[in-house]
Amino acid sequence: MASMLPSAPRRLETGRLVTIALLALVALVWSTPLAWMITASIRPQGFGGLGMASLVPDFVPTLANFAEALDSADFARLYLNTAIVCAGILAVQLVTITLAGWAFARLEFRGRGLFFYAFLLQLMLVPPILIVPNLVTITKLGLYDTLAAVMAPYFASAFGVFLMRQTFRTIPRDFEEAAVVEGARWWQVIVHVLVPLARPGLLAFAIVSVVSHWNEFLWPLMVISSTENQTLTIGLASFTRGAESASQWGVIAAGTFLVAAPLMTAFALFQRQFVNSFLFSGVK
Amino acid sequence: MTIVATMEDSIPETAAPPRPRRAVARHDRLALTLLAPSLVFLILFTYWPIAQVVLQSVTIETFGTKAVTHGAGNFVRLFEDASFAKAVGNNLIYAVGTLVPSIGLALFLAVGLQEATRLNAVLRTIVFFPVLIPLVAAAALFLFVFLPGIGLLDHYLGRLGFAQTNWLGDPDVALASLIGLTVWKNAAYYMLFFIAGLQAIPRDLYEAARLEGASAPQRFTRVTLPLLGPTLAFVAVIALVNVVTQVDHVVVLTKGGPSDATNLVLYYIYQQAHENYDAGKAAAATVVSLAALITLSVLSLRTLERAVHYEA
Repeated sequence: MASMLPSAPRRLETGRLVTIALLALVALVWSTPLAWMITASIRPQGFGGLGMASLVPDFVPTLANFAEALDSADFARLYLNTAIVCAGILAVQLVTITLAGWAFARLEFRGRGLFFYAFLLQLMLVPPILIVPNLVTITKLGLYDTLAAVMAPYFASAFGVFLMRQTFRTIPRDFEEAAVVEGARWWQVIVHVLVPLARPGLLAFAIVSVVSHWNEFLWPLMVISSTENQTLTIGLASFTRGAESASQWGVIAAGTFLVAAPLMTAFALFQRQFVNSFLFSGVK
Repeated sequence: MTIVATMEDSIPETAAPPRPRRAVARHDRLALTLLAPSLVFLILFTYWPIAQVVLQSVTIETFGTKAVTHGAGNFVRLFEDASFAKAVGNNLIYAVGTLVPSIGLALFLAVGLQEATRLNAVLRTIVFFPVLIPLVAAAALFLFVFLPGIGLLDHYLGRLGFAQTNWLGDPDVALASLIGLTVWKNAAYYMLFFIAGLQAIPRDLYEAARLEGASAPQRFTRVTLPLLGPTLAFVAVIALVNVVTQVDHVVVLTKGGPSDATNLVLYYIYQQAHENYDAGKAAAATVVSLAALITLSVLSLRTLERAVHYEA
């Protein structure tokens, strides 16, 4: 034992250094595409193809790429549509998950176990896998090519229901019972007592919901056909196709930046809140 | 429904905390009212589509006539389709190819960055940004990353003396390129769960191991890994679901090509439905995917339940 002691700290030291070096390497590789995005988006356009991969900002920054990106797609419309989709989904979800979450957290009822697993099913059989039959349903409901079609499959959220169930269980029953004693109806209990106390859970869910629908692509691609109903991701994809064939990499970088920036900014500002939400979010 | 039957015995665990077994007041009607808004949408967009796609998969429409017959014809055509076989094979390679490196890397990052120093906070933030950007945006960036000759990869690998690679155009490399993109995008997401899992491991276990003379690698394999088991299983399930349900990058980067080298099952379904208008084949392929996901759910129900109990 004693003879090992002197060498142990030194070995620890080397191991630690190697780990730090490897971590730095991963961080470097991981940040390169985004660093390139920022550099390329403000690089003057006639900069020559060969130097395009350079990350060194050895030029006078310009907004020409952003101007061209904003010119070739109706970004105001895309932002607005995406915001409507995210807000619409979230608004309905907050109602559905609060009600069902409270039922599962507090009530005894017939078929509770069955309902529980019926909800659980949606955690795995997520809407993207059901795009084909859902497209049929959407068309029959007369919603094809509307923003409502993009939102509808997400109005119920098993993940949200389970998250709210957990949140409600951390709230002592005394609060509800006191309100009931004072003559409050169940919906008054939910609105005035539980929702304010469950704010952390609701906020965690809201972040996950907005991030995942801001980023969603395949389903909107299925149900949207006209330009004025496109969301950001659809707009970016079609815009990228055009710019790629013209090798306008700076414009693609600027367009990608415009799509990714809002969430990246929000994350930078509210990092702790985001991380907590994502931990909740294991299964979306 | 098999799920319900097999898991019946574990329901008490998930129900309300144990209380004296006096006659508990039931609230059947109130409960139904509260569940109704969710149930309406679950029926419309989860249960009904499942029933509908199963029905559609055994319905055979003859082109040009109204005649409809039932049978396994769609499945026969599906399994005879070399593109589908290729997509399933690709999906398996893609699953293993993304799971192993992204989980390994996530574990490494979590262990390396678990202490909340200022440097670690910065590094965590840097590796986490890819998680937040849309997969479509990531794909748009990687168009340039993968660009032969002047793109980021070739530019910097070229300086290190590597030859040019046609990252997306070479059928032998294209799927690996998409795997690389997926690992880049998701590793830090899984890292979060491992960091949370690590924080739940009592410090004195490490102290005890250290006093027993365990080296750092030994402490990792004997203490950390076994105690991270549940987190590991949980992350593996999310990663598998992602592998089956995310194909945005395929749409933007390769459209399944070259020669089906990057076709994945969900993209195949999209192609059949949206480009070939072959509803029968699309439905049959969806049923196969559903069966795979349901199998995965049954196998991982324990993990899922734990996920549901996850408290941050």
